[in-house]
Amino acid sequence: MAEPVLQLEGVVKDYGAAVRTRVLHGLDLTVRAGEFTALIGPSGSGKSTLLNLIGLLDRPTAGRVVLAGQDTGALDDDGLTGCRGRTVGFVFQFHHLLPEFSAIENVMIPMMAARGRSAPDMPECAGHLLGQVGLGGFLHRKVTLLSGGQQQRVAIARALAMAPRMVLADEPTGNLDTHSADEIFTLLRQFNVKAGTTFLVVTHDPRLAARCDRIVELVDGRIVSDRPNRREGP
Amino acid sequence: MPFELFVALRFLREGRAQTALILAGTTVGVAVILFLSALISGLQATLIDQTLSSQAHVMLKRPEREVRLLQPPGPEAVVARVEKAPERERSIEQWQQVLAAVRQRDGVVAATPTAAGSAFASRGELVKSVALRGIEPESFDQVVKLSTKLTAGAFRVEGSEALLGVVLAHDLGVSVGDKVRLTTPQGRADVFTVAGLFDVGNRDVNQRWVLVSLRQAQTLLDLAGGITTVEVKASDVFGAEALAQELGALTGLTADSWMKLNQQLLSGLQAQSSSSIMIQTFVIIAVALGIASVLGVSVIQKSRAIGILKATGTTTSAVMRIFLIEGAIVGLVGSVLGAGIGAALATFFQRAVKNPYGDSLFPVALTPRLFLTASAVALVTGLLSAWWPARHAARLDPATVIRNG
Repeated sequence: MAEPVLQLEGVVKDYGAAVRTRVLHGLDLTVRAGEFTALIGPSGSGKSTLLNLIGLLDRPTAGRVVLAGQDTGALDDDGLTGCRGRTVGFVFQFHHLLPEFSAIENVMIPMMAARGRSAPDMPECAGHLLGQVGLGGFLHRKVTLLSGGQQQRVAIARALAMAPRMVLADEPTGNLDTHSADEIFTLLRQFNVKAGTTFLVVTHDPRLAARCDRIVELVDGRIVSDRPNRREGP
Repeated sequence: MPFELFVALRFLREGRAQTALILAGTTVGVAVILFLSALISGLQATLIDQTLSSQAHVMLKRPEREVRLLQPPGPEAVVARVEKAPERERSIEQWQQVLAAVRQRDGVVAATPTAAGSAFASRGELVKSVALRGIEPESFDQVVKLSTKLTAGAFRVEGSEALLGVVLAHDLGVSVGDKVRLTTPQGRADVFTVAGLFDVGNRDVNQRWVLVSLRQAQTLLDLAGGITTVEVKASDVFGAEALAQELGALTGLTADSWMKLNQQLLSGLQAQSSSSIMIQTFVIIAVALGIASVLGVSVIQKSRAIGILKATGTTTSAVMRIFLIEGAIVGLVGSVLGAGIGAALATFFQRAVKNPYGDSLFPVALTPRLFLTASAVALVTGLLSAWWPARHAARLDPATVIRNG
């Protein structure tokens, strides 16, 4: 059995100071290397909150988040940022690219942030990744001049820039037409199969969830089902 | 290239209108600071130069004799009128030793002995009251650079030669080569040949000064080898008062600095400097507020980008550095542009506005130190005013800004 990339132990998240609202109720979850997991659930069930905790963008109120073997509870803000940069890649629903930069520069940003400066090998590496997502001809184009599907491909290349152990995708196809959504999902799957990258994908789309290895369902901040899935196709 | 610089440069390049706005603000600020400073220091330098063109920085004289009461003070009330005794010119005792000691002192560039007193200059029926000064030409010229102020003749006081101010020469109707008779209250008189005429830019000096050799003055003023004054040039013009006190204590003579003798001018200069500093302070505050507000708006506009940068591995301190670098770049570029515009403006005023004699009414002093100061002020202002927006940016929570777009 593959080693765990992510372990959640009794993770609780509360919001509000005067009136406390519990969003996540003591979650336990283990994701192993190479898995392609779908996280499904109705709106307001806590999917995005959970994704933020796993991606170290937020801290739990109680419980432990262990990422790539490291207990993240003891890390300070810069420690969390460093761990996030090395371990996790993000793909957001609205791509969240930096409009001031070209496609290749957007992919290079995580590399430069990690090393503190630009390096001669970075354009080649970023260009290779963009080639893999089918944007070899758009390296130096401003991201604002790309289509929605192309922008999401840049976001995928950026998420993979640091060769992370795990990619967290929050509705990566939610803003795309059916054809583009299929293409993007296929792309994620290819990276999962070829590079062995672990994926945790939040989705509302039952069609896409059905193409994952495992489906975890979240309702009202609790995991109500966690089952393996017999895939219909890649 | 460092990551933070790469991002800061791009943010500045892409936010063209905002960048242009803060750059314009900084440029105008630096230009105003530079122009004002150059103008004020130029005016002050000219004023001081004119004041000191005929004056030593420190004058050492024999102290006045104190008037003593013949009757010792007793219990009975006495109505007394103390009358100062008429005092003839008296020599500084052992002045050669005094002069040598003064010349060896730190902060003294040059020192010269002079024998000064009043006299009458006459030519035919025309008689003028003059200030007679006996000098050693070489050392005197090191203290008061008179050789460059000659309008006619040569800087020479050998034998019975004399140098006259241009106004006095005009009043007496003499020019180089003519004879002038000098008579002193001591009852001595001699005839001198005018060797040169000088114009120090001070009407009183031009009208009253007659320079002869030290020996001739000693004879005319009945000083018999003595001198009345040691005149000193200080290495630091504004340190003259401190030097005067030091030399006074050293020699036991009365020491007056040019600052003490020109207190009105000095307080005028100080008031000018204070108002200039006040204007510059307000300009700096205005520029700082401009940079801070535009960078502040830029941080709010870039909240999402900051969230994305943090989500993709950019540390809080790196985010802060990005905005501090933006402030520093704006400060640096603004200082270069402002320095250019300020220098051009100052030079234009200097050349364009002149008095009827062709001298500039706005003399400016554009020194490398001034450029460095203005640039440093702009850089520090840029950094300090970027501090608050940078801290705000660094504290943004990536999860919140990404969730809220």
